[in-house]
Amino acid sequence: MSSITLKSLRHSYLQNPQSEEDYALRKIDLTWRDGGAFALLGPSGCGKTTLLNLISGLLKPSEGQILFDDSDVTSLPPDQRNIAQVFQFPVVYDTMTVYDNLAFPLRNRKLPEAELDERVQRVAKMLSMQNQLKHRASGLTAADKQKISLGRGLVRSDVNVMMFDEPLTVIDPHLKWELRSQLMRLHQQVGFTMIYVTHDQTEALTFADEVVVMYEGQIVQIGTPEELFLKPRHTFVGHFIGSPGMNILPCDWNDGGAVFAGHQISLNGNLSNPASTSKLQLGIRPEFIRLASEGIPARIQRVDDVGRYRIIKAEVGGTSLNIYANEEVEIPSDSLHLDFDPDHTHVYCDGWIHEAKGQS
Amino acid sequence: MSLDFRELSKQVYGEVHIAQTDLSLNPGVFNVLLGPTLSGKTSLMRLMAGLDQPSTGSVWFKGQNVTGIPVQRRNLAMVYQQFINFPNMSVFENIASPLRIQKLSETQLRPRVEKVAELLKLTPYMQRKPSELSGGQQQRTALARALVKGADLVLLDEPLVNLDYKLREELREELPRLFADTGATVVYATTEPHEALLMGGYTATMREGRVTQYGPTHEVFRKPHDLATAKAFSDPPLNTLNLKRTEKGFEGEQGLSLQLPPFQNVPVGEYTLGFRPHHLQIQSNGKEILELSGEVTVTEITGSESFIHLRWAEHDWVAHTRGVMHFPPGKKLELYVSPSKCLLFDDQEQLVLAQV
Amino acid sequence: MINKTINQKAWFMVLPVLALVAFNAIIPLMTVVNYSVQETFGDNLFFWEGLKWFEEVMRSERFHDALGRQLLFTLLILLIEVPLGVGIALTMPRQGIGVTICLVLMALPLLIPWNVVGAMWNIFALPDIGLLGKMLNGVGFDYNFTQNTFWAWATVVAMDVWHWTSLVVLLCYAGLRSIPDAYYQASKIDGATSWQVFRYIQLPKMKRVLTIALLLRLMDSFMIYTEPFVLTGGGPGNSTTFLSIDLVKVALGQFDLGPAAAMSIIYFLVVLLLCWVLYTLMMRNETN
Repeated sequence: MSSITLKSLRHSYLQNPQSEEDYALRKIDLTWRDGGAFALLGPSGCGKTTLLNLISGLLKPSEGQILFDDSDVTSLPPDQRNIAQVFQFPVVYDTMTVYDNLAFPLRNRKLPEAELDERVQRVAKMLSMQNQLKHRASGLTAADKQKISLGRGLVRSDVNVMMFDEPLTVIDPHLKWELRSQLMRLHQQVGFTMIYVTHDQTEALTFADEVVVMYEGQIVQIGTPEELFLKPRHTFVGHFIGSPGMNILPCDWNDGGAVFAGHQISLNGNLSNPASTSKLQLGIRPEFIRLASEGIPARIQRVDDVGRYRIIKAEVGGTSLNIYANEEVEIPSDSLHLDFDPDHTHVYCDGWIHEAKGQS
Repeated sequence: MSLDFRELSKQVYGEVHIAQTDLSLNPGVFNVLLGPTLSGKTSLMRLMAGLDQPSTGSVWFKGQNVTGIPVQRRNLAMVYQQFINFPNMSVFENIASPLRIQKLSETQLRPRVEKVAELLKLTPYMQRKPSELSGGQQQRTALARALVKGADLVLLDEPLVNLDYKLREELREELPRLFADTGATVVYATTEPHEALLMGGYTATMREGRVTQYGPTHEVFRKPHDLATAKAFSDPPLNTLNLKRTEKGFEGEQGLSLQLPPFQNVPVGEYTLGFRPHHLQIQSNGKEILELSGEVTVTEITGSESFIHLRWAEHDWVAHTRGVMHFPPGKKLELYVSPSKCLLFDDQEQLVLAQV
Repeated sequence: MINKTINQKAWFMVLPVLALVAFNAIIPLMTVVNYSVQETFGDNLFFWEGLKWFEEVMRSERFHDALGRQLLFTLLILLIEVPLGVGIALTMPRQGIGVTICLVLMALPLLIPWNVVGAMWNIFALPDIGLLGKMLNGVGFDYNFTQNTFWAWATVVAMDVWHWTSLVVLLCYAGLRSIPDAYYQASKIDGATSWQVFRYIQLPKMKRVLTIALLLRLMDSFMIYTEPFVLTGGGPGNSTTFLSIDLVKVALGQFDLGPAAAMSIIYFLVVLLLCWVLYTLMMRNETN
């Protein structure tokens, strides 16, 4: 186990990158502490897989350094970095039994048979696969195969970091729950540094202590799931996290306050005046808009019942927004008034959050 | 009725893919087929399309027996998990292809193609080849082709599964509306309960080659006729508890004894109580009757909600709550369920209706 | 049930195919069976002989020798072509312009008509003017494929290897290409050697195509006729007279239609048996 530091890491798939656009990964500086659970979250093409391949050593960065603890591994091949990885599609050695699959990395490292057996048995128990050890790996379900891929990492004692590349893609929803919570328990037991790459916010947020949100080759925010939800630093994060995402509304600045569709919006903290040239937006999550008897008048366009809750699609002065309503809330039939929670209403300047002075 | 199955079944080499099924899908609406992988969704779709022939029974479309009619002679469109387009044709030509087969002239087809492209936000990409598009745009092209055809029956087999989360959200919202005005009967297969709820319309739940229930989506969700349906239509999984009805009340494992007012009239016997994760509360609102004490195994936090995985007796449960809750593994929690939110199933796994 | 009858009607659609198969396979085969149990002296006169021809062929030393040569030849070329083909497939580039070049080069020998292959190698190997023959003699071998049994065999085998290894290569290459990258990455991470990668990833994934390649080569090599006929004509002596060449000699050379027919049937059954055995063995492995 070790911490991971990325120093001014850049990568381009082109021989001679000319402009910033030629880089799949644009300058990453980052430290992941030892033993943590981290997630890399972003849409496809955001560079998260490139970053993963750089860390595992399958790719060599164009610029920058990768450190495991204090040692520079930038030029080491994958097998010398002591990493473990679980891929999108399960990788098992079809002709071997479950036992031999789990033992394979240890045999290659010439571990004495007695110790090997002890470790394989222990990991099989962690994965609840004790009874399947003699089965041939080719006959297993996708979920079990994925557990074996995971197990081949868990048996090793030399693992610096364990990486997951969208590991639940081929797993059924009800099994996803099981595997995910099992993975979290395993993390608590073995304490490996784990990096989980996905485009699925639920997987990233539930798995990780700290999520790195990426967009167009850059990191837009690093934070706990709570921080990403409550205070997205960029409108992209606001939109990407949450389902449905944050309402991003056009607004104006007037006399030290934000104005949306002709209504003064109360905000928390003392915000400085943003630059007059920048594009101003108001961000508020559907969860923080309350239905009220007075406030901003809105017209209901549609109500989607999702079973557990409902999403009201409403329109205010030509802008549509989503409002969250739980099972108990009474929804009027056509028009209503909205109340924005000032604690959770943010102003964005050119996409980035505009904060009160003295706050970080 | 639009699409009917009569005593339909399908076996392949003695293996039952579809157990005997009688089902009438409502015409001109959005129908969801919901069930886990290998529950028979794709098999059923292939029978609907005429790609496979049933072992017994018949398929009727608009009152006609279409059982033996090959797929080419039926007016239907299909979209798959994989993004299937003609690789050497532009987006425009891809969308136009079904109309070219119908021998429409250039002036007739152009406005139709452009209209559909507009709806699916493909207008800027009309001259590109599929390989130059993102996954979302490729699938939009496939959907546009299905839409422009004006098919009577549109079969969508997990079309969003290979797309990014956010793209999925976006298309999920558009899909039912896209087909709403066409009058086509749409069948949409998915493994995700959440998706079925967002799509609305009607839902048929499937489990092990059997359609367990068909009806308006929210009705199936709120009043599942049997345990299999309730399980298929729950994400996170349905929490369950075994109960025995005695003279005094209900008894369960660990000396549990309770009263369930809505169900006090049920006869003596074995029952299964089901309650959804979001109805399992960790804070009392004073109205719950059922109180249990479970042990936390793991807590998953999404930033706005928490999934608390719990163990009670031999059962694994999930409590889905709003807000961020940090509970260490092993912590004991008091749990509350309102009896009015409970689903009670008898020993045949059939729903027992509450006596209100 | 009504639907049952509708479905059953479809069987009539198979009739044309059945007729076609009957015309080009069953009828000629029956003719051969017919000849194999009768004696004929032309004039459409036939005499019933029972299994006499079969007994005769089975006992004849000539048949035994031809069969032995055939088995040896097949064994030799399989032993060379399959490992060689797998080896070449493994070293072929996986991307870039090299792929196209290699594939075209590999496909070339397969596109050449069989009699041309024979003629080419005949000229190529001529001891006095052929490039190969002259070279071998130049470096001190007493090379003459028309007179020396060993060299005749070597040349026939070399020709077959040149002609058909590509087929194995192309099939294996297709099999290798279907292995997702994740497998290679995972095995690197697990610390596997290249031999282990071959043994536990590439070979299992190639098994299906390798079975097909083996079966195809087995059947083809058993039926080899044109190339050795053009190259050596079955000589020197009878040393490269394989089953098919022998059969033609009996049937057309000596016009012994009865024994030739019996021989054909035995020949056919031997090929069928070999294929069946091989296929069952491979499939059994698969299911275990």
